[in-house]
Amino acid sequence: MTTTTLWVTVLVASLACYALKLGGHLVPRSWLASERVSRITTLVTVALLVSLVVVQGFADGLALTVDARVPALAVAALALALRAPFILVVVLAAGTAAALRALGWG
Amino acid sequence: MNVLPSDPVARAAVRQGVSVSVATGLYGISFGALSVAAGVGLGPTMALSLLMFSGGSQFALIGVIGAAGTPVAAIATATLLGLRNTLYGAVVSPLLQVRGWRRLAAAHVTIDESTAVAVAQPEPAASRIGFWVTGVGVFVLWNAFVLLGALAGDALGDPRAWGLDAAAAAAFLALVWPRLAPRRAQLVAGLAVVATAALIPFVPPGIPVLAAAAVAVVVGLVSPNDPDAASGNGPGGAAEKESVR
Repeated sequence: MTTTTLWVTVLVASLACYALKLGGHLVPRSWLASERVSRITTLVTVALLVSLVVVQGFADGLALTVDARVPALAVAALALALRAPFILVVVLAAGTAAALRALGWG
Repeated sequence: MNVLPSDPVARAAVRQGVSVSVATGLYGISFGALSVAAGVGLGPTMALSLLMFSGGSQFALIGVIGAAGTPVAAIATATLLGLRNTLYGAVVSPLLQVRGWRRLAAAHVTIDESTAVAVAQPEPAASRIGFWVTGVGVFVLWNAFVLLGALAGDALGDPRAWGLDAAAAAAFLALVWPRLAPRRAQLVAGLAVVATAALIPFVPPGIPVLAAAAVAVVVGLVSPNDPDAASGNGPGGAAEKESVR
């Protein structure tokens, strides 16, 4: 790919990605006002967050793997069940994964 | 911006935004190093980070270029992965209530992390704080660390060794946790896990999240009015009622 082609590719793709983001913000508010739509929005939020947990916790490229992230998530879930604050949950998860990897696993 | 709000709910939103920004921003090192290694120079690498600003799309684009793919394939893949940001924009826009240039700026920082922190807050004021702190925080740190990674390459080490990938997963778990009280939310969460896990091996990254959202739309369409939401369920129930206005 020549330098010019590379720049055009980068700029066109960036513009397309920005247009997609802006498109969501420009959805008319009245479309989102009904009770049914608000119920769906609530459920979509749960689905998005849970899906991000699975992707961030178990995906390795196109494969599903069990590595140090899984015990780290278990520690995070335990901390959440014990009502630990957000930052502690995140730090405990990072520490668990880092410690396991330092020991040579995951 | 809101340096140290006195309201504890707002303070919690700031703290969440800052921790998510740090964990995500540090990942920029990987992108910077990989992008330069894929043959994308320093200039285009920084242009991608500053202008595209969507991790999944950026990694996909340099992946296609690194594999000697065509420009059209690179653009199509990055765009497909950016599609979920349209959904995020539609979800956060009613919470933010912004117009003009602020709306243009809000659109630019509409990503996984800023949306996740915004929708997890119990009241709209905290959602706005969470969105902007996370969006701007990730933008600044991500671009700083992309530059560092592009210049220093792999000398800085793998963010996985510091457990930052697990930190990001835990952050998303902590954000969804208070919303899992209603039974219908638990059903949707279970279906989202199955849909995401089933699709990860077969479709590009970013698509499983859209599929999980589609499942939630179907459940929302076919289910009757929600007795849980009406009776309230602690923070989750309150968040639902606030966010639907």
